[in-house]
Amino acid sequence: MKRLFLLAFFLNIVFAVNGQKYMTKNGFIGFYSHTPMEDIKADNNQVVGVLDISTGEMVFQALIKSFHFDRALMEEHFNENYMESEKFPKSLFKGKITNLASVDFSKTGTYDVTVEGDLTIRDVTNKISTKGTIEVVNGGINANSKFNIVPEDYKITIPGVVRDKFDKSMAVTVTMKYTPIANK
Amino acid sequence: MRRLSVTILLSLMTLGIFAQEDLMNIVNQSTPNEINYTTATFKSTRVMNGHSIERMQTGQLDVRISHRFETLNSGGYNFFGLDISYIHLGLEYGITNWLMIGVGRTEIDKTFDGFAKFSILRQSTGAKEMPVSVSAVTSVALKTLKFPDQNPTNYFTSRLAYVAQILVARKISEGFSVQLTPSYVHRNLVATELDPNDIFALGAGARLKLSKRVSLNGEYYYIANPKTYLSQQVYNPLSVGFDIETGGHVFQLFFTNSRGAIEKQFIGETTGSWKKGDIHFGFNISRVFTLKKHLKSSNY
Repeated sequence: MKRLFLLAFFLNIVFAVNGQKYMTKNGFIGFYSHTPMEDIKADNNQVVGVLDISTGEMVFQALIKSFHFDRALMEEHFNENYMESEKFPKSLFKGKITNLASVDFSKTGTYDVTVEGDLTIRDVTNKISTKGTIEVVNGGINANSKFNIVPEDYKITIPGVVRDKFDKSMAVTVTMKYTPIANK
Repeated sequence: MRRLSVTILLSLMTLGIFAQEDLMNIVNQSTPNEINYTTATFKSTRVMNGHSIERMQTGQLDVRISHRFETLNSGGYNFFGLDISYIHLGLEYGITNWLMIGVGRTEIDKTFDGFAKFSILRQSTGAKEMPVSVSAVTSVALKTLKFPDQNPTNYFTSRLAYVAQILVARKISEGFSVQLTPSYVHRNLVATELDPNDIFALGAGARLKLSKRVSLNGEYYYIANPKTYLSQQVYNPLSVGFDIETGGHVFQLFFTNSRGAIEKQFIGETTGSWKKGDIHFGFNISRVFTLKKHLKSSNY
């Protein structure tokens, strides 16, 4: 009996070591909308992201108040009127790389991937699927993706009076530069 | 042999469940605990007549046009006061995130005014807890109306009045904010010996958000000086009304018993009384322009 427990214990450790995780605390997510009337652009350089290369699973979390605009008034309206960031302070993505087998994390290079998962903004969750690239470099992994989201899908109401100042969908860019987490 | 395979299977299964949870835990532990500064305690830099703790950000210009009409008890012939209006025009600008200045001119007594508002403390939660926002306002008003009596020597300094205020505000909930404004007004020259040169008052303001863009505001200044034996009867100013925000504009529509739009005029020179029906309809229109674009950092 004791030998069985010891075996199970060692097996767990072996698998834990192989589940290599990568992380960043300064991931970038930006969104952009262009219309003849107005350009809306915001950057968040404090996105926390984790990537598990053994399963292809990734999680990122962005604080809404960390999205910064070049116009202070626009930032205030974004938080107060559109995102209600006091009520919904965070946005979250939980997903995985669907073609994990085509990525070789031990060889440097760029790989095209498809990522699927749940994006939660203002407590509304939608499934999204997007193409991206994984770039394996010395000492880390860079992940990039571009996709569009429609504000109304996340219950972000834009009054009719100003709807023309926004594009139908916002172009979102994600750039994460991961470094390995030291195993405990 | 079977017991071994079952144990291995169970270990692998529990490992699978832990994987996703594990990632979430790492994310939650790593999210920095930032200082969360309270924003939008009020929708504009004024509660109604008087200042609120809100300020213009660096490089933002506020163009303000204010009207105070005559009293509702002027009767139907005078269209309940709307026939006559007293105008105040102002330009206000954020020099830094903690300093804002403004200049203006009021029709009443042809007065020019200037002020500086300092943001001293900001309400915050998170890494640093601060229960209130505190600001200080100092202003000067210059009456340019010609002296009625040219005989005695008239001094330039007689035209001046000064105001100093400390503003203490708290956003109690998303929809409700309050502010206390102890104020001091000094008028170099007053009408008679009976009138005080120094006025001490305590202002109280509150706003209740009715929807994302509309709020109900109220403001009252209690003047501590005795109100008897003055050259004319003065009353405490009371204003009640709405703030409506649309994109870059904030419209403040309200009823008040004061004709003047600046501190020196509505604190200590309000001669109208709500009980007698000396109620003026007034509005402030504020339009904010961003003159200097900047990437506002999250560190204050």
